[in-house]
Amino acid sequence: MNKFETLYEALANLDGFIYPNEIALNWDLLIVMYPYITGLVAGAFILASLNRVFDIKALRPTYEISLLTALAFMLVATMPLISHLGQPFRFYEMLITPHLTSAMAIFGFVYLWYLMVVLLLEIWFDYRYDMVIWSKEKKGFMRFVYRALTLWVLDTSHESRKTDEKIGYFITVVGIPSAFLLHGYVGFIFGSIKANPWWSTVMMPVIFLFSAMVSGIALVMFIYMGVNYLRRQKTDIFCLDTIAKYLFYILIIDFTLESLDQIHRIYEADESFDILKLLVRGKLFFTFFIMQIGLGTIIPLSVLGFLQFKKPRERIRKILYAIVSVCVLVGIFYMRWNVVIGGQLFSKSFYGFTSYKVDLIGGIDVWLSVLWFVIPFFILAFLLWLLPPWKKAEDLPQEKSL
Amino acid sequence: MAIEKKNFSRRDFIKQTSMFAGGVVFVSLINPMKVVYATKKPEGKGKWYGIAIDIEKCIGCANCARTCKIENDVHKEPFFFRNWVEQYTITNDEEILVSSPNGGIDGFEQPVPEEDIYKTFFVPKMCNHCTKSPCTQVCPVGASFESPEGIALVDQTYCIGCGYCVQACPYGCRYIDPDKGVVDKCTLCYHRLKDGLDPACMMACPTHARIYGDLNDKESEVSLFIKEHNCAVLKQQLNTVPKLYYNALSQEVH
Ligand code: SF4
Ligand code: SF4
Repeated sequence: MNKFETLYEALANLDGFIYPNEIALNWDLLIVMYPYITGLVAGAFILASLNRVFDIKALRPTYEISLLTALAFMLVATMPLISHLGQPFRFYEMLITPHLTSAMAIFGFVYLWYLMVVLLLEIWFDYRYDMVIWSKEKKGFMRFVYRALTLWVLDTSHESRKTDEKIGYFITVVGIPSAFLLHGYVGFIFGSIKANPWWSTVMMPVIFLFSAMVSGIALVMFIYMGVNYLRRQKTDIFCLDTIAKYLFYILIIDFTLESLDQIHRIYEADESFDILKLLVRGKLFFTFFIMQIGLGTIIPLSVLGFLQFKKPRERIRKILYAIVSVCVLVGIFYMRWNVVIGGQLFSKSFYGFTSYKVDLIGGIDVWLSVLWFVIPFFILAFLLWLLPPWKKAEDLPQEKSL
Repeated sequence: MAIEKKNFSRRDFIKQTSMFAGGVVFVSLINPMKVVYATKKPEGKGKWYGIAIDIEKCIGCANCARTCKIENDVHKEPFFFRNWVEQYTITNDEEILVSSPNGGIDGFEQPVPEEDIYKTFFVPKMCNHCTKSPCTQVCPVGASFESPEGIALVDQTYCIGCGYCVQACPYGCRYIDPDKGVVDKCTLCYHRLKDGLDPACMMACPTHARIYGDLNDKESEVSLFIKEHNCAVLKQQLNTVPKLYYNALSQEVH
């Protein structure tokens, strides 16, 4: 009986009428984590590309950190999805026999393309020269490891570095649309479900994309400060100011798009409007208005906006940036929550609501979600140890030809 | 029982991927409005099953729901149904009340005093076996599929339990079986149909409010019923093209 306890509780707390099969919410916290984590990846990568492709030099100190952060989160990005499956060990069926009319079936391929072709290659070309140098400095096992990582391409000539640089640049150029694709696509998984009016909007992929950028940039900003703090190094405040500026702009776009979506719904007021209005004002009030809009959008926008005009002392700015990045990260988490969980709280009959309580102590989904969020930080720590950005050789002097 | 279903092999996959990629480009050039997913109605004599439910005849006994649970070994808990009955009550104040306690299996109560009721009726629900079934469209592995007779089925040995189809069904007809971790839904008792028997719910209905049969055969009971009555389908605006027709369906029913 125990296993149905939460369902019986939900049943006792129904609001109006819902189809009997809808009481069991089948996409739980893990599916909230899935777009959240992929979003962080896409966002972190786009920050790296800003530096590389758009040549925004102030962002240079975060370039490697962004890439490694993207990689660390990318490595676990599929795990929330897989661990949520009723039959996790059959997940490979999706790769070997994908059903091509399904939006979800393509995820594996988009993922592999992005991980293998874009991220790993870009990092490899960026670090190849350094890994050769490190392999020469180290002894024993580590020497072997670095050598293996270079794939035995040991050329350190100026020409070879230039080639690395060129190919790396090319991959970043390919990478930007790929990152857009990755997360726009995740948005499409939800946006293409016509049965669910809360999800079904063409704006969904675009909104997902911009919120992804916002969250990824905030994450890198936070990690950059954190890493410097732990290493007792000075954080480049100019770099932080620049990140904050981009965060501000993209947050404005993100907020505008989301508002447009809501205004459109409110003005059109189609048959689903009444139930969605009740949903947002009732069940989602806290997570939508307080967490997503208030904490996650209004506060960061005001603080960042203020900092565009007035620059208080460095120390204060750093503290504000740290707070803002956490606010944004929490806000975007709740944005995913409002989409995934919110979309399942109202009945497709439009006559009522169910409820979802996170089972903080016993819920396996909670434990797994925390796990999938914490593991990337360990992976990142390992990557930073293995490929320390601060020990990299000087960049090649810029040539205008690129 | 052999269900005709294509299982993909790796070669098929490579072939299909390239065909799909080429196909998408080609189709969007030639025919940009073609739908991505729809089942093909069999040509010639092939059966094409449809269902008709006469709301005027339904007395809300929920024998269909009860029988279905037994016949198909559906979980007894009130969260899993292949088939259930809803009670609609519209009051004189135009308030719409809907209920389906344990899918109707435990019987219904009418909380509204009789003098306040404008109208009340029962709506039996089950899978609509949609022609353009979104559930089949979204399944990432092809475990959800349509039989050649137009019945929406699930290969449970193949389903990965992602729940995408549960989200995609506008009618709430699917659930994840908590023991098996795979999706379950109405099969129109495919196992019985194959043996020439009627689906359990059809047999259990004491008022003959439920009819099913071959829509391809214009003389079949179900075809004639649809012809002679003013029938409608649920959520027509979603263009899922259901093959479950209701007689005397009120517009309040979603
Ligand atoms: S009613 Fe739902 S489960 Fe049945 S075919 Fe239509 S979409 Fe699929
Ligand atoms: S739950 Fe099973 S049948 Fe449904 S979409 Fe996922 S794999 Fe397909």
